[in-house]
Amino acid sequence: MRNKRNEEKRGCLGSIIKKEVKELLTWETILPIVMIVVIFGMMGGVYSGVEEDVEEEPIIGLINNDGSGTYTDILIDTLDGGAELVYNRTDEDGDLGELIDEGLEEVGNEGGAALLIIPLGFNDTIALGEERASIRVIWILEGVGTFDSIPTGSVSGLLEVARSKITRELVGGDGGNVDTILAPFEYKSNETTMIKGGNPVNAGPGDIIGALATQSMLIPIMIMIVIMFSGGNVITSMGLEKENKTLETLLTLPVKRRSIITGKIVGSSAVGLAMALIYMLAYGFFMRGFYSSSDLNLEEIGLSLGIVGYLILAISISLAVLGALALCLVLGSFAKNYKSAQMLNGPLVALTMVPMFITMFKDFSTLPLTGKIVLFAIPFSHPMIASRALLFGDYLLPLSGLAYMAFFTLVMILIAVKIFNSDHLLVGRVKKEEEGKKRGIRFGLKSRIKPD
Amino acid sequence: MAKSVLEVKDLVKYYGPLKAVNGLSFEVKENEIFGLIGPNGAGKTTTLRVISTILQITSGLVRVFGYELPRQAGEVRRIISYLPEDAGAYKNMTGKVYLGFMASFFGNGGKTREIVQEGIKIADLGRRINDRVDTYSKGMMRRLLVGRALMTDPRLAILDEPTSGLDVINAKEIRDIIKNATKEGTTVLLSSHNMLEVEFLCDRIALIDEGKIVEEGKPQELKKKYKASNIEEVFVEAVR
Repeated sequence: MRNKRNEEKRGCLGSIIKKEVKELLTWETILPIVMIVVIFGMMGGVYSGVEEDVEEEPIIGLINNDGSGTYTDILIDTLDGGAELVYNRTDEDGDLGELIDEGLEEVGNEGGAALLIIPLGFNDTIALGEERASIRVIWILEGVGTFDSIPTGSVSGLLEVARSKITRELVGGDGGNVDTILAPFEYKSNETTMIKGGNPVNAGPGDIIGALATQSMLIPIMIMIVIMFSGGNVITSMGLEKENKTLETLLTLPVKRRSIITGKIVGSSAVGLAMALIYMLAYGFFMRGFYSSSDLNLEEIGLSLGIVGYLILAISISLAVLGALALCLVLGSFAKNYKSAQMLNGPLVALTMVPMFITMFKDFSTLPLTGKIVLFAIPFSHPMIASRALLFGDYLLPLSGLAYMAFFTLVMILIAVKIFNSDHLLVGRVKKEEEGKKRGIRFGLKSRIKPD
Repeated sequence: MAKSVLEVKDLVKYYGPLKAVNGLSFEVKENEIFGLIGPNGAGKTTTLRVISTILQITSGLVRVFGYELPRQAGEVRRIISYLPEDAGAYKNMTGKVYLGFMASFFGNGGKTREIVQEGIKIADLGRRINDRVDTYSKGMMRRLLVGRALMTDPRLAILDEPTSGLDVINAKEIRDIIKNATKEGTTVLLSSHNMLEVEFLCDRIALIDEGKIVEEGKPQELKKKYKASNIEEVFVEAVR
């Protein structure tokens, strides 16, 4: 008998979960996710294209009016080695003005970035060492987008390389150790960073922060997305129940209120997690290009999570999602319809965005006291804080966060159950028009279904 | 004499400072159609919602088939079926899927299929039962919802304005469905502000005004008592 009753309960819960998932997985909800994936895919493609542009040799033209010489040759060799010379002339080939017009046309036709003119006396000016020599550069810019400056930037880079080579040639000419003269001391190969008052790591702060950047960005964003998707789903679900006038019927079915609440939470979080996973895969693919350059292995320098760390982080994320969903059920009970449900997402957005931005750019331990209190009070901060604290072996903060989130979630669930057992879900607040008068009682703006 | 299946005694319901139901008392006998009749705002829907377990009782007693509210709300929900006045269905479901979803709360497997078949029969929407409910007309939606409310063979069906907003033909069909349900052993408690309609449908009625019952009895007896030609005239005389 008890087994049969349990089976029925599971059936009811399963039905509610299935209904929630079906209701939330519509084209209206799937399409934005697909769009995001496509956009990230396209952006990834653009960045791949940019990387190819950076790796590709820029196209240039050159007019050499200086003939040959040590420094002129260094410049020409550098340009020739790092760029594709599609136009190469000397003053013997004609009038300079005509050569420039011709060169610009040819380089432009080839999609080139610049025409360089080495003036007469370039080599001698450098050799004399009394004043700076100069070359003339005519840039060809086909677009004004950020990435359109890549070819011209590559040419600038080549000129820097040539300048450095000429400097070495000049210094080397005096017989000294060129590297020592150019950089008399170094610290990069022998630096240690003391992180958070302990844990010496044999790397510079920039390298460490760079290596942690992916994690610093991805975890807060991931948590924010999961909470916002799942929480938004719960609020929307409540709004739809009210808009479609289905809530009253649902509440008279032989199913416990807590099963309705559980069904809504499980269904919404399943959809939210699935959407967040798809989103994160696309985002991870997009972000990979930005942070792949770090050579620092976090495991080797002792900055990785152990089993306990992962366990605490998993519990922390689960509690944050559960707490958010319970909060959203409470918020959703105020929704009158789908539109007002979207408005109620506001507090949730604020409560996830604030900790996300703070933890992306600052560590909990370096925040001022007020900042620490605010961040700790926001329950969704804790997985974000924990992900970093656990890396440095700090268990106290994540464990306190777990206790706080458990308390918050419990309170929210109790409030949600109380609301589902009360009149509030169906009947809005009734307020008096004038204090102390029994007449003139009206149903306030929050009334949803007027009593008859 | 038929036994009483629903007892409402001195029911009072407040919404904040507003008294919506003011000491309401009535009984409903087994297999009868009992109508709560009154104008908008009289307290009909509030009373039905209280009996349907979705609103709390401020004071008084409500007993359904011996189960007392709110203590035994779970048991009451197993034997009643409530049709709200402006109820809707999940727009992304077809009529059949909606009936299946609702039936899943009353049984598993074969039992669910049986309930759904009954719902399809009552709703009588033909092939349109396989279409999404957001394509239904108001009449079709109401028939689907009446089918949903009666497909589980509830011991007490609570119907709030079951024919509200329907045209003459649809309203008559719904009335026929309700009458048939009582033949299958269902007791019906309904509300309406259409006083002419309830004359044809209800075995007994209670006239409500400002949260109180002003008169109760069989329509014919009430008409005789007030020497009125219809219930509308009875109501006017009773509240005077």
